[in-house]
Amino acid sequence: MTKPYHEHLLANGLKVLLKEIHTAPLISSWVWYRVGSRDEITGHTGLSHWCEHMQFKGTPQFPSSVLDRAVSRDGGMWNAFTYFDWTTYFETMPADKIDLGLRIEADRMVNSLFEEKEVASERTVVISEREGSQNEPYFLLGEAVQNAAFRVHPYHHEVIGDLPDLKSMSRDDLYGHYRTFYAPNNAVMSVAGDFKTSEMLARIRELYEQIPAGPNLPRLSRPEPAACGEHRLTVEGPGETTYLDISYHAPAANDPDFFPIPVLDSLLSGPSSLNMFGGGGISNKTSRLYRSLVEKELAVSVSGGLSATADPFLYSVVITVHPKRKPEEALAAFDDEIKRIQNERTPVAEITRAIKQARALFAYGSENITNQAFWLGHAEMFASYDWFLTYLEKLAKVTPADLQRAAQKYLRPQNRVVGTYIPTGAEVQA
Amino acid sequence: MKTVNQHSLPGPDDITRDLLPNGITVLARTNFNSPSVVIGGYLPCGSLFDPDEKLGLADFTACGLLRGSQKRDFQKIFDDLESAGANLSFSAGGHTAGFTGRCLSEDLPLLLDLLADALRRPVFPGEQVERLRAQFLTGLAIRAQDTAGMASLTFDQIVFKGHPYARPDDGWPETIQAITRDDLADFHRIHYGPRGLVLAIVGAVEPKAIAGQVAKVLGDWTNLSQPELPALPELKPLKNPVTRKVKIPGKSLADLVIGTSGPRRKDPEFMPASLGNSVLGQFGMAGRIGEVVREKSGLAYYACSSLSAGIGPGAWDVSAGVNPGNIQKARDLICKEIARFVEKGVTAEELGDSQSNFVGRLPLSLESNAGVVNALLNIERFDLGLDYYRRYPGLVRAVTPEDVLATACKYLHPDKLAVAIAGS
Repeated sequence: MTKPYHEHLLANGLKVLLKEIHTAPLISSWVWYRVGSRDEITGHTGLSHWCEHMQFKGTPQFPSSVLDRAVSRDGGMWNAFTYFDWTTYFETMPADKIDLGLRIEADRMVNSLFEEKEVASERTVVISEREGSQNEPYFLLGEAVQNAAFRVHPYHHEVIGDLPDLKSMSRDDLYGHYRTFYAPNNAVMSVAGDFKTSEMLARIRELYEQIPAGPNLPRLSRPEPAACGEHRLTVEGPGETTYLDISYHAPAANDPDFFPIPVLDSLLSGPSSLNMFGGGGISNKTSRLYRSLVEKELAVSVSGGLSATADPFLYSVVITVHPKRKPEEALAAFDDEIKRIQNERTPVAEITRAIKQARALFAYGSENITNQAFWLGHAEMFASYDWFLTYLEKLAKVTPADLQRAAQKYLRPQNRVVGTYIPTGAEVQA
Repeated sequence: MKTVNQHSLPGPDDITRDLLPNGITVLARTNFNSPSVVIGGYLPCGSLFDPDEKLGLADFTACGLLRGSQKRDFQKIFDDLESAGANLSFSAGGHTAGFTGRCLSEDLPLLLDLLADALRRPVFPGEQVERLRAQFLTGLAIRAQDTAGMASLTFDQIVFKGHPYARPDDGWPETIQAITRDDLADFHRIHYGPRGLVLAIVGAVEPKAIAGQVAKVLGDWTNLSQPELPALPELKPLKNPVTRKVKIPGKSLADLVIGTSGPRRKDPEFMPASLGNSVLGQFGMAGRIGEVVREKSGLAYYACSSLSAGIGPGAWDVSAGVNPGNIQKARDLICKEIARFVEKGVTAEELGDSQSNFVGRLPLSLESNAGVVNALLNIERFDLGLDYYRRYPGLVRAVTPEDVLATACKYLHPDKLAVAIAGS
């Protein structure tokens, strides 16, 4: 079968993936850098994310005030994201305007200014972002669980970084990070939408191929040792609502063991959408945990989450405990369900149902060109685009025996962190 | 680079609009680019009907529709939905209860059957009502800790004082506690019916077949008791500036909302207000407000303005999330920008930028089935005409800087602003 996309390696090492989609007069263009919070050392946490913010502060050719006006005037959407393994920038534009997006990304791959006054102004913006996250019990609990789960691996810290580092890092730290990691041979470009591949490739070559390659960058590698016992922790904070975060060490996305986990997640807490843009989700009211926790009035909601990461990360279930129940009761019922999926073979029909749900979510996501371009590049950050294209096939091959083995291997108490958010009460005063 | 395909915006030649004999309006548009279908709609069963002591009743009822019917119990409803990879949900706002759903095209008959079942035959089982109540109460406890949510709620209480829009659609803990299972059944029996029901369907289906499919499940529905929505009282504008603070201990970030009331969606000032609002706090990285508060001063992670015009007057406000120590500084900057906006309006260049943005972003907002469903419901709700999106570029381009200034002067009074702050 012919590949539904085109792949090219430019002379400077920039990998380019192009996918023609002629359903709407739009093009979405992304540049992905293989750098994220996992590449940060102690004292420099949050560097990748802050660096991403600085990329919106302008170059000599596109000063900051010009950049956003230009994209918005053309009816485009643009943004950037930083995660553990990557940092990415995108523009989705009317098809006849995409050249602006291509030029912006080529320019800021090398020419961003990182002016001292902009660094000072953005420092407080990033600190405000962290303060906003700290308002949320979910964030406080999730951060504590993540810290506990990774003692060695740099997945230890949140992408936003720690406050002392956000206060102390300098312009030189940020600029040094930029100059080190933002190079064509450390990047992938993914473009999807209403274009002709030959024309798009020619334009990308014109804009990007003269950018010099940087040195090869070995990645910070500190594998997390196997967990050797359950870790429990509590976080206290304002409010009246108790939350549980139960996180198990899970396989990396490229590990064959990964694929039973989304099926387990679908059975336990409902199907999770892989779509970053558009599509919406499917409710989880017939999932095993909803039935045993929410229907039994031990919880008011339950959700599961699994990230596709380059190194092993976490499979997490978050439970909002019923106001009249204790977290220990919810955890006991949760554990009963885990034991059931470990001890009993799952009927094939349940797996077939999970596959249909995944197929539907894929169809919903395919309506959105930004989402298609996102996946074209995102999958390259931990595997390859073929990982995404064959995802449904791999799920369909998961057998009841595979599920049971994965549940027994990964959903062990010794392999998890259990975090409880204990509310200290609400004292709202108008 | 030239485009390969020319996209067609929705218009009279590709939107199908049918009125069923019992009063249901069905809108449809085909899109075979993806094997899925999105449905959306509304009916006049919103919180305007709620008595003060049972505020939240309309929303509670809407959310209760999927908790069990005469044909299916709760688990059967969601087993049918989730086994198909479909979804369906209900909620209520001030004027209407709304629903949205999505499925693979092969499952549209199932989704329509579940929709009709929920609308026509809910039974509100007692134990499900109690589970839903616990979820609502938890949601309200979370809302009480949400600085942005509480600032917005408090802002509405100031600006819409004495008007139903001052009330939160999801009620208060004591009003949710006061609602009984029979209240839900009565609310449904009296208010739910085909008159005023609008349903939009977009996706991989033949539009000519859709009205027939809808008629099959909803065509014989009648309810002669459906009352008219209560008339909205006139909104009394603020005569003085009002500031209110909500203290929520233990929060790192505070939220503030500053503004006043704005036009209705059908008012002629809507488009000038909308474009002016874009210049004030939307365009690019959030317009002038974003430039001053975030970009230049680094005071906030977010700072923007919004205009929420609907059936009645909406809110026109600026909001920001700031460190508690920076509230006064951010507030001063925002008030100064509002005053400048009212005094000098916008430049022709600024207006031109926002006009280009409004026109240029249409293909992006209409690329997905959900985006087109929203557009069709917008057309119907505000009587815009099936050719609205074809006329839209002309409507946008017709606005002048003078129109924006006149609109700003009419609605925004810098000496009579409402200010709501929530945080530690």
